Amino acid sequence: MLKIKSYVKVNSLAEAYELNQKKSACILGGMVWLKMGNRAVSTAIDLSGLGLDSIQELEDEFVIGCMTPLHDLEINEALNTYTNGAVKESLRHIVGIQFRNCATVGGSLWGRYGFSDVLTMFLGMETWVELYNAGRVPLTEFVNRKKDNDILVNVIVKKVPISICYLSQRNSKADFPVLTLAASVIDGDARTVIGARPGRAVIVEDEMGILKNFVNRRPEHQKEAIEAFAQYASEHVITDKNMRASKEYRSLLVKVLTKRAWEAVGGMKYEY
Amino acid sequence: MNISFWLNGVYRHEEVNPDMLLLDFLRENGCPSVKRGCETANCGLCTVLMDGKPILSCSTLAARAEGKKIVTLEGLQREAKEFGSFMANEGAEQCGFCNPGFIMNVFAMLQELKDPTEEEIKEYLAGNLCRCSGFVSQTRSIQKFLKYKKAQEGGE
Repeated sequence: MLKIKSYVKVNSLAEAYELNQKKSACILGGMVWLKMGNRAVSTAIDLSGLGLDSIQELEDEFVIGCMTPLHDLEINEALNTYTNGAVKESLRHIVGIQFRNCATVGGSLWGRYGFSDVLTMFLGMETWVELYNAGRVPLTEFVNRKKDNDILVNVIVKKVPISICYLSQRNSKADFPVLTLAASVIDGDARTVIGARPGRAVIVEDEMGILKNFVNRRPEHQKEAIEAFAQYASEHVITDKNMRASKEYRSLLVKVLTKRAWEAVGGMKYEY
Repeated sequence: MNISFWLNGVYRHEEVNPDMLLLDFLRENGCPSVKRGCETANCGLCTVLMDGKPILSCSTLAARAEGKKIVTLEGLQREAKEFGSFMANEGAEQCGFCNPGFIMNVFAMLQELKDPTEEEIKEYLAGNLCRCSGFVSQTRSIQKFLKYKKAQEGGE
């Protein structure tokens, strides 16, 4: 059960940061995960009065406030035009609308949860997180950082040319995913992100350059590269078992979803 | 701590504990339609509207209602009665335990999607679990209600 001694709706980030230096203090996100645990919080810090719940489209980037609910991302036209609907696809399977109106993008990324569709999706783009104290940090770096007492203020998505496909596999609708995958070509560079392994999402390092120059290859060469990379990914991505799926099943899914996603990015297939 | 907010159109000042859930506050303050279900943010039984958006009151602190407009089924009696008759006609009400949360989310859907398809209805209501109906009769009742509303608007 979650116990909270005092609750402060802060007037500034400076106030929030100061309060958060105490180990037993806690920044509140959407609370859907926090509420599930047994935790005694001395000071619950609420950022909801700071106007950090909007999505701004600037010339070269999207600035998404940490308190933006997932459903707002899901229905944001500019973000979905930029990703060809991949943002919506990554979110629409998460429980229900009411849940996605509560859960926030800041809470989802700060938690760096293994099961997170949100983390996988944002790792598939050129994403940075803006921390109150540490400033802007690439999400690829932030994902492996140890949790500290900083505050995630904004999520920044750089508007570089992108072609991206998001896929997930679930045992039943609205359940936690068994595997998540984002395949993207970001400014010419191929990136594959796999999450819910069930560990936190990782970028598949293409050490052999199988997908190098993917977009400029002829279709038959793209197909060969996809087959080879799907095999490579299933052999190199570390998976494990949990109550939802076995290690072997997940590794098989890595191969299948990698192939499907890259076929979509390559324009060979659009729907699965 | 003290909070001020609107509950079903009435402005209220209340004293709440910092860790009191909105669900508990509402049930203790004249809104028994808000049901305690899974308490793991999955079933949608505790759905209420906060500033017009459906949220889970089991996962929201009462303190977060500060300055907001909260609406429960008690605040939508006329609309609920109208839609409820369509549910009853299709046999969708069944044991009734999930109905209040379901109806709240249907109203939220009708605010957000003007003419939803069957697929959109199912997707919007995926967070409302019902262990009796299998969702077929519920979907049917919504479709018939939409048709009725459209005919009404056309006749005006």
